[in-house]
Amino acid sequence: MTISMVNPSGNLREQMPFLTKMERVIVSMQDPDVGMKMRNQRLLITVIPHAMTGSDIVSWLTQKYAITEEEALHIGNFLVKYGYIYPLKEPRNLCLKQDESPYRFQTPYYWTSTRWPASEMDYAIYLAKKNIRKQGELIDYEKECYNVLHKRINHTWDFVVMQAREQLRASKQRRKADRLVLEYQEQAYWLVNRPPPGAMEVLEWGPERGSIANPRVQLVTGHCFFLNNACVCECSFVKYCEQYQDHDPIMQGCLPSNPWITDDIMYWNMNSETAVMPTKLRVERWSFSFMKLLNDPLGQKEFLIYLEKEFSGTSENLLFWQACEDVQHGETSRIADKVDEVYKQYLAPGASNWVNIDSKTMESTLEGIHQPNRFVLYDAQRHIYFLMKKDSYPRYLKSEQYKNLLEKAIVPQETKKSVFPFMRRQRHSSPSPALLTQAGDDDGKALSSSVRANTSAPSPT
Amino acid sequence: MKRKCSCKRHIFCLGLFCFIYILFFKMLCGPGERYLPRKMAAQEVQPSETIAKLKLESETLKTKLEEERAKLHDVELHQVAEKVEPLGQFVMKTRRTLKGHGNKVLCMDWCKDKRRIVSSSQDGKVIVWDAFTTNKEHAVTMPCTWVMACAYAPSGCAVACGGLDNKCSVYPLSLDKNENLAAKKKSVAMHTNYLSACSFTNSDMQILTSSGDGTCALWDVESGQLLQSFHGHAADVLCLDLAPSETGNTFVSGGCDKKANVWDMRTGQCIQSFETHESDINSVRYYPSGDAFASGSDDATCRLYDLRADREVAIYSKESIIFGASSVDFSLSGRLLFGGYNDYTINVWDVLKGTRVAILFGHENRVSTLRVSPDGTAFCSGSWDHTLRVWA
Repeated sequence: MTISMVNPSGNLREQMPFLTKMERVIVSMQDPDVGMKMRNQRLLITVIPHAMTGSDIVSWLTQKYAITEEEALHIGNFLVKYGYIYPLKEPRNLCLKQDESPYRFQTPYYWTSTRWPASEMDYAIYLAKKNIRKQGELIDYEKECYNVLHKRINHTWDFVVMQAREQLRASKQRRKADRLVLEYQEQAYWLVNRPPPGAMEVLEWGPERGSIANPRVQLVTGHCFFLNNACVCECSFVKYCEQYQDHDPIMQGCLPSNPWITDDIMYWNMNSETAVMPTKLRVERWSFSFMKLLNDPLGQKEFLIYLEKEFSGTSENLLFWQACEDVQHGETSRIADKVDEVYKQYLAPGASNWVNIDSKTMESTLEGIHQPNRFVLYDAQRHIYFLMKKDSYPRYLKSEQYKNLLEKAIVPQETKKSVFPFMRRQRHSSPSPALLTQAGDDDGKALSSSVRANTSAPSPT
Repeated sequence: MKRKCSCKRHIFCLGLFCFIYILFFKMLCGPGERYLPRKMAAQEVQPSETIAKLKLESETLKTKLEEERAKLHDVELHQVAEKVEPLGQFVMKTRRTLKGHGNKVLCMDWCKDKRRIVSSSQDGKVIVWDAFTTNKEHAVTMPCTWVMACAYAPSGCAVACGGLDNKCSVYPLSLDKNENLAAKKKSVAMHTNYLSACSFTNSDMQILTSSGDGTCALWDVESGQLLQSFHGHAADVLCLDLAPSETGNTFVSGGCDKKANVWDMRTGQCIQSFETHESDINSVRYYPSGDAFASGSDDATCRLYDLRADREVAIYSKESIIFGASSVDFSLSGRLLFGGYNDYTINVWDVLKGTRVAILFGHENRVSTLRVSPDGTAFCSGSWDHTLRVWA
């Protein structure tokens, strides 16, 4: 059973798909062959058929879905909360107890998805029935609702009372066991749809979705469409996971220790941007991909030093790349100025840091500079990026500078477990990044543009 | 029979597929916008005939595409990962519980300093915490309820948030305790329906937003100007995530139309689209390498989509999981996928093998948001039970 609502655009939208799934579970629980074993349950002097115990429910779920008891209890609880199973012993308390308490399946007539949303009229009839049956049987919040409804649908109140009387009369003609069952079923339904104050509103769903129709055509342009063999792609995931496994703190732990577990922030201090000597894992990561190197300010610094030392001196490539990043991610108001600077320093013929871009890209870039926008240097930046990636980056990884750094890099000692395991370390606060940047701004004017570009790059690890 | 892994042989289907295909077609409300494919533009035909013809053409192209895909002997990820070592016992506990919100926590984001977070809730409160010490550092009350989106600026100096006010506002974080943060508020984005998600791009200067009005948009923070808008979803867009890849400038969004779309930020074009979910997509997150992304949906499954193979490569589901996944995130290596679900639990999946590694109990109501910390040491989950928990 699915609840579908037609939204303004005329499309059906399935609401609360989890109800469909829950019903599937319920149906399989009632399967005559592999479903639950049910028995008669004695309630005072009445015998109610087709009941089951809480622990039976839990063990059936545990066995059927190969899960733990904790999870089975958790799921079972939802089945009760949403009114698909109701308790016989404490009918107003919709929760699953893993003991001998009896439970019954709700009739599909009263399934949440069958009669949704619950109608006011039905609720009024239900409350009226309760009121007529025994004076003062209505609980406080029910009394309030009753009065509110009485006011709101006063014009049909005669109909409500008439219906209530009819239903009461019809139920009196039933056997006591059936009557009790019907009462419990109806009560469970209303507990779900009109929960008492303080109880969780299980049917609450947050702001409405899908109310806007969007009548547009979606075009997906697929020029030169590469369909890679999925096997190739999937192998790359396996490789990536293997490569980074040792670097994943959640999976392998981290040295000296995970700050969240031991309250010791040594790990963060050692890996901070301002650390003088990086850790071995960090330096290793620079060899995984060029992007990883550039994303780490320390890596960028090291790479710049290497480029400057190289006999052909190709540091202008990296400086150009940094300047382009600044244009792309900086303030809109300063784009024109920045692009001008970049032109003067890197692109103009005879510029001090002239970068070697291919003629086609150079031509289109120079043309675009007349109308500077955020992405005018994008193509040139990409060209230089891939040039560095293909050429300077592999050479850096083979260089003495990198190899020395890797050798000298720290491998932290694992923090020894405290002698008194219950003593908690004091958790020190750290200065807010907002404070650091405020202080840095004052000195900012003195910093060179390349270093500023360094700090605006995303932070490492 | 042993199947040889055809990794060594790359099979590419090229440009035979230079096509434009129409994925979504509804009656347009006016003659103003009509997107006809180039080859049809030359002909003069009746609108209703055109639409029917195009529908047919799009269906035939789709089937052709599927046939070509089948020829590539595509396999599922878990088959490729058979030889990978299975994961051992998995133990993760709540290490911090952040109490202070008076109502349902809807969204959270980490600061780049790896210990601060910003969180927003139903009653309009946005709180900045030092999660390590559990101290609250800043608090703002928004003028609207249901603040469904919040994000920390890369510099750590500002936060962005929005919700039922249809706007995204940026609050610079002042260190003066007496200063009223709300006074410095800057309205950046304006949508015509609720704001579902927001994210800063690589700097404090640009914000990407998604909205219940079915669009995503890129905004300039300084001027509040709209830089680019992204149209293509047929219903509310619920989530987005920026790509970490080196060529950058793409992002993925998921919506109530069960689709996940990949967009080019420069041109505003949708470059890829995936539709295999059976219900609303609540959350999308890129795989750390940027070559794939995961999605969590109301259909109680999480799925992994490969961008280069252009298809779904794994489904993470279990018969016993009935409720939808509200948020997903990867561990640093991409081996683990954490999913926060509407049944109050967090399920941890082995991304490669497709199996569930652990189920974490603790929250007492729906888990609405989940993010792994920037250095991968922990993850934080926010819930409708008014609390946030940091797990490690």
